[in-house]
Amino acid sequence: MHELAITEQIAEIAIRHGEKNQAQKVTDLYLVIGELSTVIDNSVQFYWDLITEGTICEGAELHFDRIPAVFRCLECEKEYHLSDGELTPCPHCGSTRMEVLQGKEFHLDSINIT
Amino acid sequence: MSKKVSVVEKVHSANDQLAMENQRILQEAELFSINLMASPGAGKTSLIERTLAGLDPGLSVAAIDGDVATSIDADRAAEAGATAVQINTGGQCHIDAPMLRNALNELDLASFDLLLVENVGNLICPASFKLGTDKNILIASIPEGDDKPYKYPAMYQDVDGLIINKIDLLPYIDFDMDYFKAGVEMLNPGLITFPISCRTGEGVQSWIDWLTDQIKAR
Repeated sequence: MHELAITEQIAEIAIRHGEKNQAQKVTDLYLVIGELSTVIDNSVQFYWDLITEGTICEGAELHFDRIPAVFRCLECEKEYHLSDGELTPCPHCGSTRMEVLQGKEFHLDSINIT
Repeated sequence: MSKKVSVVEKVHSANDQLAMENQRILQEAELFSINLMASPGAGKTSLIERTLAGLDPGLSVAAIDGDVATSIDADRAAEAGATAVQINTGGQCHIDAPMLRNALNELDLASFDLLLVENVGNLICPASFKLGTDKNILIASIPEGDDKPYKYPAMYQDVDGLIINKIDLLPYIDFDMDYFKAGVEMLNPGLITFPISCRTGEGVQSWIDWLTDQIKAR
């Protein structure tokens, strides 16, 4: 349920960068969201339409680039992913020692303006 | 004419910035601060009550309680001896840095040795919103089940200490402690862990000792 707060932050960043670049309109937002960052695209889209009404972001299209979580086993050094959304020990050697290579990203990469 | 503008800005940057300011305010006041996170019913308020009862009575404690509505938790913390401030988040599932900042303004911070922030009961959202406290502490509890580290990796990964509450229920519940701890160890190797029971008091002393050392070191 934190998507409202998140969507407000996204709008604040997009409006700030749009105004800095003398935009009439922000037409597209390109968001990068890691699998581990617990954000639901549909909810963001829902709030987006409500909170951007009357701003330069009204009607802008949201593009989500989902980055899968990737772990590296610290024993056998092979990489692996979540299994049905859940973390597992290394599927290759069973070790529980791992590091997160990617999946925690959550940023606004770029916007298109007119 | 459409134009692409590079932004590359973290979505949580506004919250993170205010969290850093909170951290500075708390450090200047020279008190030790903790953000307590857990699912609903894990024992956050019970832990605060036990902590207040067990700490050196000479230490002055403030508690900030976040809840969607009601002041039940703040009332319990006040009853136990803390100066309590309630944050009603108005439906929001976590405390964020601006909310904590408002609550901090209601306290004479320099007069306290310890600040306990009780976050909203939730294992997902509080992990994403830094507050600026010295330590983030997670309370797990036996009835929640042994699979929680695997299901909520982001929460387990970013905490500085773990309390496992309700260990008095271990004989009655299928909770595989080795499986649970293996998940924790994967996500957060070497994490300091306190198995306790707020009901019986078992294990609480080692938590109090650790906390007292942290307060003295500040």
